[in-house]
Amino acid sequence: MSINLLALIGAMLTIATPLVWAGIGELITERSGVLNLSIEGTMYLGAFIGFLAAARSGSPWVGLLAAVVSGVVAGALMAFFVVTLGLNQHVSGLGLTLLLIAICEFTFRLLYAGDRPTLDDKFTVLFRGTEVLAQHWLTYVGFLVLAPVTWWVLRSTGLGMRLHAVGESFEAADVAGISVTATRYVALMVGSALMAIGGAFLTLAVLGSFTLDIVSGRGWVCIALVIFARWRVWPAVLGALIFAGMDALQLQLAITSAFDAVPGELMLALPYLAVIAALAIGGRTVRYPGSYLKAYRRA
Amino acid sequence: MKFVLRGHEPRWLAPVAVLVAVLVTLALTAVPIRLAGAAPLAAYERYLVTPLTSTHGLHEVLLTATPLLFTGIAVAIAFRAGYWNIGAEGQFLLGAIGTTWVGTTFTDLPAPVALPLGFLAGAAGGLLWAVVPAWLKRRAGIDEVVTTLLLNPVALLVVQGLLNGPWRNSSSGFTDSDRLGSGFDLPALIPDSRVHWGFGVAVVVIVVTGVVLARTATGVRIKAAGQAPRAAEFSGVDVGRLQWRCALVSGAIAGLGGASQVMGVQHQLTAGISDGYGYTGVIVATLGGLSAIGVVLVALLLGDISVGAQNVSLVLQVPAQLGAMFSALLLLAVLSAMSWRRYRLQWRPRPRSGGSR
Repeated sequence: MSINLLALIGAMLTIATPLVWAGIGELITERSGVLNLSIEGTMYLGAFIGFLAAARSGSPWVGLLAAVVSGVVAGALMAFFVVTLGLNQHVSGLGLTLLLIAICEFTFRLLYAGDRPTLDDKFTVLFRGTEVLAQHWLTYVGFLVLAPVTWWVLRSTGLGMRLHAVGESFEAADVAGISVTATRYVALMVGSALMAIGGAFLTLAVLGSFTLDIVSGRGWVCIALVIFARWRVWPAVLGALIFAGMDALQLQLAITSAFDAVPGELMLALPYLAVIAALAIGGRTVRYPGSYLKAYRRA
Repeated sequence: MKFVLRGHEPRWLAPVAVLVAVLVTLALTAVPIRLAGAAPLAAYERYLVTPLTSTHGLHEVLLTATPLLFTGIAVAIAFRAGYWNIGAEGQFLLGAIGTTWVGTTFTDLPAPVALPLGFLAGAAGGLLWAVVPAWLKRRAGIDEVVTTLLLNPVALLVVQGLLNGPWRNSSSGFTDSDRLGSGFDLPALIPDSRVHWGFGVAVVVIVVTGVVLARTATGVRIKAAGQAPRAAEFSGVDVGRLQWRCALVSGAIAGLGGASQVMGVQHQLTAGISDGYGYTGVIVATLGGLSAIGVVLVALLLGDISVGAQNVSLVLQVPAQLGAMFSALLLLAVLSAMSWRRYRLQWRPRPRSGGSR
């Protein structure tokens, strides 16, 4: 059995990229106390809008920009439901996911009626020819800029402190003069923009086209990763790498058919099962953000 | 002008809020219909009215509503008890797996034995998938939203793993399971239609659930546990045990839905056996106000829209995703409208008397 280790690491980094972007997006919104189940739909929206804008303009940069804007809009919408109206977070998040996916599929069918369009120009990899370093710039930025900057912002800046205060105890934050509404709106809009970038990476960098199963549960993986990481940046990145590594290994095994004993589906199911196991073992000691799933209303 | 909390809610307010939400939803769906080059009014008629005007259309509505009846009432039971089961999708899939397993193992069973066994296996599958999150919630207080949600993709992977591996079709080699034994075919409920006995089972389940929820002490306890868990606990209700039981019943009913879909429609396991029925069940239960009659009405409405949307896509070339868009929009619009009920507009703020509030 021969496994090309370098190719494996290269594939792992590519597969982990959308999980890092969207996972950090989810982490930011959850830090403010909002479980954002619209992540699956927001990634789908980013993937579709990114593709559409890139196809129409001929430039993947325009696509990426459009994806970011669509993510901000989706985040604002989610914030309107759960912050302004104070609706149940999981029902509105799930509803928004279903709505966004339906809108994208509707538009896709309308515009392309069954054929499979491809982009003329998509993002190309840097350092072509190497096995590990031949990655898209979004991969480099995700690991080397986004993750450390988010870590630093959450840990050492006033913005991070405000997010933490609102997420842990919104009454106390409000008394201290921090606007719960504004903080959660910003967290949801920024986080959703990152999720949309994660989705757009799939169409603009990896695939260069759009398919109806493009996201296929990656949003749910991110939810698992964030809780697995207990709302910390580096463990979430590590989790994304582990998941992506298993996915890459599974793909390589499927190609080489070295052994059929371990079905690929089992390896793909592992991250979900690992999160549930971690929750079970951690039990009551898993500290959810204090204002998790709650809407703020002044008494 | 500002919003202030209402002390008293007039009776006309809830129906008006729903009506406004429906109108907003219709107005918003007019945009994609126009974009598709069709006239909104003609499209509304096609996707809301046309299915109800022919016998065939009505049959299709009942057939389409059947899985939603199961998942809708399953979610409603859990939500009522304050247990946020987002996992009906996975429980539905495990139900389908359970039924397929008995249906392809004991192929020679006659229908009177096979059908109850099929449903039993489906319920057992759904129950099995609901046990872990419910147990974690009960024993360790672990939030069930995340655990039930994450088991959905796992269930889909189990289905795909089975179909790619041991259950691959033995004659065609496609990634569908073998056909179930003929004893497992649910007979038609209405002669010469595709409406099968799964619909009858769904109705029985819903009637029983409705009676239990509305007319028994258990129903009162469930409602209390969901709406005011501390007060319920204080008056002697074991909220944890009640939620545990409701979670298991919820999973079993979602599993029955999978059994009904396998034995009544597909007669084999396919990767697309659930068209998001578990997720749509959350819409059905929420829009139905977590009541039995509400679940029936909303499931029929969504069935109607879904059949109508197929029709619209054939006749007016408006993609069938219009149906899914409509139901998700309706959910968000109704929830939004209902949240305004608690407030009233105050045009001129009262002069403040000293204090900041």
